[in-house]
This record gives sequence, structure tokens and C-alpha cells, in this order.
Amino acid sequence: MAITGQVLRRNLPENVEVFDDSPSGSLELHVLAVDDSVVDRMVIERLLKISSCKVTTVESGTRALQYLGLDGEKGPVGFDGLKVNLIMTDYSMPGMTGYELLKKIKGSSVLREIPVVIMSSENVLARIDRCLEEGAEEFLLKPVKLSDVRRLKDFITRGEGKDSGERSNHKRKREDDYASSSSPSSLTSPSPSPPSSSSSVLSASPSSSSASSSSSSARMSKRAKLRNKD
Amino acid sequence: MEVGQLQRRLVDYTKSLLTEGILDDQFSQLQKLQDESDPGFLVEVVSLFFEDSEKLLNDITGALDQQSVDFKTVDGYVHQLKGSSASVGALRLKNACVAFRSFCEEQSLEGCLRSLQEVKQEYYNVKNKVETLFKMEKQIVAAGGSVPKTE
Repeated sequence: MAITGQVLRRNLPENVEVFDDSPSGSLELHVLAVDDSVVDRMVIERLLKISSCKVTTVESGTRALQYLGLDGEKGPVGFDGLKVNLIMTDYSMPGMTGYELLKKIKGSSVLREIPVVIMSSENVLARIDRCLEEGAEEFLLKPVKLSDVRRLKDFITRGEGKDSGERSNHKRKREDDYASSSSPSSLTSPSPSPPSSSSSVLSASPSSSSASSSSSSARMSKRAKLRNKD
Repeated sequence: MEVGQLQRRLVDYTKSLLTEGILDDQFSQLQKLQDESDPGFLVEVVSLFFEDSEKLLNDITGALDQQSVDFKTVDGYVHQLKGSSASVGALRLKNACVAFRSFCEEQSLEGCLRSLQEVKQEYYNVKNKVETLFKMEKQIVAAGGSVPKTE
């Protein structure tokens, strides 16, 4: 079975919609942005709105989990009806860091399929690696630009498309990694799988040495891309 | 002054702020995010930035005024100020914050107090300059013109 991003997106558990294919034709992504900085929340909200996304901003990981219905109470407590298609979170926040939030989301069978993007003003390689390994879709350096948001949006929405050829280089590399690993169930099972401690392909794949070397080269190319970003 | 002149003055003024490094490209990016659907965006975000920054400057001053200074706390505030400065494109202010953080790391009270002065100076400098810029924009609109976009 070909394991590609499009399969990943098609077989999502029911309560996570990527596309709103309503007859009105609105294909608006709903993004949850998490940042303790009031200025950054305003900027990211504007960037997303200009890119035709619905936006909800919250100031902390705790609030984000509350919004997502995962704050320790049983079951989803009540999205306000709007399903979240993407979570963008700052890394350095008081209380729960973006990394901790990422782990909680990826550790939840209900929420793990939602792509999570980490934003940080600090270009720390170990941090980037850690986030990517934990399942972050992307690591953006702040200040976030409109081109970043556009690229993200394209990537998320194109995941539903038939043609996977146009995906940006570094993302393609990562998906090739997944394709090369021999354990399909870790990422693409259509039904919610029992919560696992880590969503990392590396831990699930028996051929971990080959997966890790190709993964690390993917991370290196992503690092190079981030380093070249001004 | 007629609209064309006012517009040229604004463009030149904005360019000079960019050249001097008081503002950087991020500010231009934010200007571009303004449009008919949200014409007040830049003013709003910058006002928020001023409010937030003044609070942080007070917090930093307070934290440095303690009997036993907690440099981690000070660094935390400076980190926040640095972040929001970067987000609005206040380059010199951001750089002043970067320098400040190294004194926090060294746990040098004298260095921190000096840095605080520099950060305050840069802050008031960018605040004045941007407020002047906004005044110019208002004049143009009042004269019936539209605010030109800086390339």
C-alpha cells in the first residue's frame, strides 16, 4: 500500500475534518493559534485571515486544550462547533510550552491527526529536532511571514488533492521517509488506534536504522532550509 | 501641502527609518497586511505593542530593583520584549534586547541597568518615529489622498 500524505489525510478519524466541502464552496481551514504574546496573536490572526482561514487565538497551552476539549475532563467537552484543521503554537510559553502541548495533542487518539506547527523566535537545532520528532508538521521561525502561512495552508489543503507531486521539497522528503518505513499502522490507520506513547515513526518501525538515517537527512534538509531563512 | 507632496514625504520618511535600521522589513510586511477589510490593523497592532512594551519595561525595572535580583525573571521579560519587537519590525529595539539578555546571562546588575537605559531609549525612539509616521498618514487621508505603499 502506498503510504502518502493523501492517504494520511483521507483516512482521518471522523471528528477531524480537513476540508469543509460544503455546497457553499467555502474551503476554509480553521486554525487554532496559541501564543502568550498579545502582539504575536494579533499578527498571526491577521496573517491567517488574509489567507482566508478561520482563526481562533488562545493565550496558553492550557486554554488550547480546554478549547480542544482535552483538559482532563471526560470526552470532548465542546468545541464551539468548529473543527480545528491546524494548530499553530509558540514554543516558549509560561506554564505549558508549545512542545508540551504538541506532546499532549499527539498523545491523544482524538486529536493526534490534527497537524501541529511550532513557532519560535529562536533557531535552536535541538529544539527543532525534538519538535519534528514528536510529530510537529513544521517549525517556523518568528516573525512568521505571509509566505509561511500561505505555504502551510497550501500544504494542508493539498493533502486532500490527488496530485502529491507539487508538495514542497522538505515535506516530500519527510513523507518519503514514512513511505520507506515498513510500519503502516503507526500513521495511517483509519480507525483511532489505542493511544501510543509516541507517534514517531522511528519508534514504530522495525527497520529503524534505515528510517532514522533517511529521517535525519530529511531533518538536515529542513534545518538547512530554516538556516537559510532570513 | 498637497497630497502628492505629503505622500512623497511619507515614503521618504519610511525609507529613512528602514535605512537607519529603526524599522525592518517586518514592519513593511505588516503595512502590506492592511487593506480595506482592516484599514486600522497596523495602528492597532503597534498600539498594542506600545502598551505591552511599557508594561514590560515597568516589570523589568521592578525586577532589577529588588534586594536580590532574579536574573531569570528579568531575562524572561526581556525575551518577551525582544519577541514582540521582532514581530512589529522594531529592529534596533530588538537588538538592544538581545544585548540586554547577555547581561542577564552574566548576571551583571550593572550591565542590566545600563541595558535597560539603552532599551528604553530605543523604545522611545521607535515610538516617536512610528507615531510621526502615523500622523503623516492621517494628514494624507485628511487631505483626501490614500496612503502609498512602500516597496
